[in-house]
Amino acid sequence: MSTPAEVAVPKEHEGTREISLAQAVNEALAEELRRDPAVFLIGEDVAEAGTPFKVTSGLVEEFGPERVLDSPISEAGITGIGLGAAMTGMRPVVDIMFGDFLTLVMDQLANQAAKVHYMSGGRLQAPLTLRTTLGATRRSAAQHSQSLHAWVAHVPGLKVALPSTPYDAKGLLKTAIRDDNPVVFFEDKMMFAVKGPVPDGEYTIPFGVADVKREGEDVTIVATSSMVYVGLEAAELLADEGVSAEVVDPRTLVPLDRETLVASAKKTGRVVVVDEGHTSYGASAELAAAIAEDAFYWLDAPVRRAAAMDVPVPFSPVLEDQTVPTPESVAALSKSLLGKA
Amino acid sequence: MATAAVPAPLIGAELALRMYEQMQRIRAFEERVDQLYRSAKMPGLAHLYVGQEAVAVGVCEALRRDDFITSTHRGHGHCLAKGAAVERMFCELLGKEEGYCRGKGGSMHIADHENGNLGANAIVGGSTGIATGAAFSAKARGSDQIAACFFGEGALGQGVLYEVMNMAALWTLPVVYVCENNSYNEYTHYRETTAGGLTERAAAFGIPQEAVDGQDVLAVYAAATRAVERARRREGPSFLLCETYRYHGHHVGDVDRAYYRSKEEEEQWKAERDPLQILRAWILEKGFADEEVLEQTAERVETEVAAAAEHALAAPFPDPSEVGEHVYAG
Repeated sequence: MSTPAEVAVPKEHEGTREISLAQAVNEALAEELRRDPAVFLIGEDVAEAGTPFKVTSGLVEEFGPERVLDSPISEAGITGIGLGAAMTGMRPVVDIMFGDFLTLVMDQLANQAAKVHYMSGGRLQAPLTLRTTLGATRRSAAQHSQSLHAWVAHVPGLKVALPSTPYDAKGLLKTAIRDDNPVVFFEDKMMFAVKGPVPDGEYTIPFGVADVKREGEDVTIVATSSMVYVGLEAAELLADEGVSAEVVDPRTLVPLDRETLVASAKKTGRVVVVDEGHTSYGASAELAAAIAEDAFYWLDAPVRRAAAMDVPVPFSPVLEDQTVPTPESVAALSKSLLGKA
Repeated sequence: MATAAVPAPLIGAELALRMYEQMQRIRAFEERVDQLYRSAKMPGLAHLYVGQEAVAVGVCEALRRDDFITSTHRGHGHCLAKGAAVERMFCELLGKEEGYCRGKGGSMHIADHENGNLGANAIVGGSTGIATGAAFSAKARGSDQIAACFFGEGALGQGVLYEVMNMAALWTLPVVYVCENNSYNEYTHYRETTAGGLTERAAAFGIPQEAVDGQDVLAVYAAATRAVERARRREGPSFLLCETYRYHGHHVGDVDRAYYRSKEEEEQWKAERDPLQILRAWILEKGFADEEVLEQTAERVETEVAAAAEHALAAPFPDPSEVGEHVYAG
């Protein structure tokens, strides 16, 4: 993935300080830990080590080891403990280092956390935030590179957020922690160093509100997480050829802002969905279906998907780089919808 | 199996009679559930607790109302022992609006948070994290609540149990792990599935363990009290192994059981190790009540249970529009 910070500026906050996505996440955690004594962090190497990505650095120093807990390598166990704590008055943030390890927490997440409120007829709540990662091209091979957000987005009862910018990451994470439901929060591990403007003051971003990252007329590129940057770069390439592309970031998959996606589709008549999950049965399929259902009569071409190849993520760079959407592939797909080679 | 000596002052007439009544209530409830199933009045299945009553009652009597429990697929006994009302239990089992979960949970998911019950659970070992997390929460909030985590010996096959026991020991969490060994993982004897000793698993984490006769409510209560007091003093988790027996099959539909256990074995437990008979004999011996009083208790409970079942049968189902409610809070 390429990460040109200069193309991802939230319009309304130009001129504020520039911080990295990792810093934005760190600030959100620190502010919520400061604001609410019920918030605590639990995960592997989240304390002194600050995680391998250095996202939680400094937190244990301010909040102490009772609120920033280094856990054993027990993903299911810490998610279960987080859930039990959430059901009894706490607001845990569980850190699952790699999204691939969602496989290890699935019972706690899908059978337990997601269903507690419903199965109890609304009597119990699970305000649990589970932070994890997605994204390939880190040369980490098949067990540390998957983007499994579709797995959890498929389970009613879970909310799913995938921020693309530091501004969105901070505002959405604060919302996640304050939400009374289990939220799975995905950060692309390739985006931690991406910088962007973030205001000094307190703010949150509501779930279920998509953000138009770039306005355009001819084609809509719906992109999630780091694929927003791929979409924005593709839009630059298209602009060079006289094609005006709109880039829309849903920001949360659950709840999904269908309205904004559909409005953009109706405006441009052509849509490419870009997502780093595998193509088949993925988030891109759901987004494409939502648009096809609600904007069908406004479309001039079928909704197309640009997502990860249906192969385990390979190690060798010459193999891995083929598996994910690129600005070039997204631009080419967009042009094909306009009848251009 | 080491049976704990019962400290005499712990159990007087009032407590003994209350435990007797609760055990009777659970048995009457479960026998009625079996009838409802057999007469095709109950949707789905249920896993009956008959034979194991002394474990739930002995442990829950050692808890406060604001202490937490988590339960299992065989959970009716735990729910009732922690204070759930028979009527709302039946309503839930029949999918009625008045049920504890408005009919959304059913037999295997009854939660009753006013009484600290964080829910029965249909995944074996699935609630061990929740109980341990509730204990973590109690400690973090500076509360002196504790959590009791019920699970069967089948859960000893689940990895998550060992993950959370490790953390409970590391972090001195106020949780009591209550392992009910009724000998059968569904239809398979636990000796075919479980290597090594059972309490040794807790010993590996440095968690104090105690094995008790799970048919003797006095022994269960005494051991549970020790474990609960230890947790309340913030000295950490305990592991209580209760040897018990499931009179019915794995679920109400499991009636032909000869291929995994003999009728003789079942009859022997019922004749010699019945928890109600054991307590009854002790109460009579102590002179806490006479036969007549105990008979009246049984009749009163039976009447209450029958009336509650009738009420539940007549109670309304939830409005179909509720299907989409409670997916998300707020």
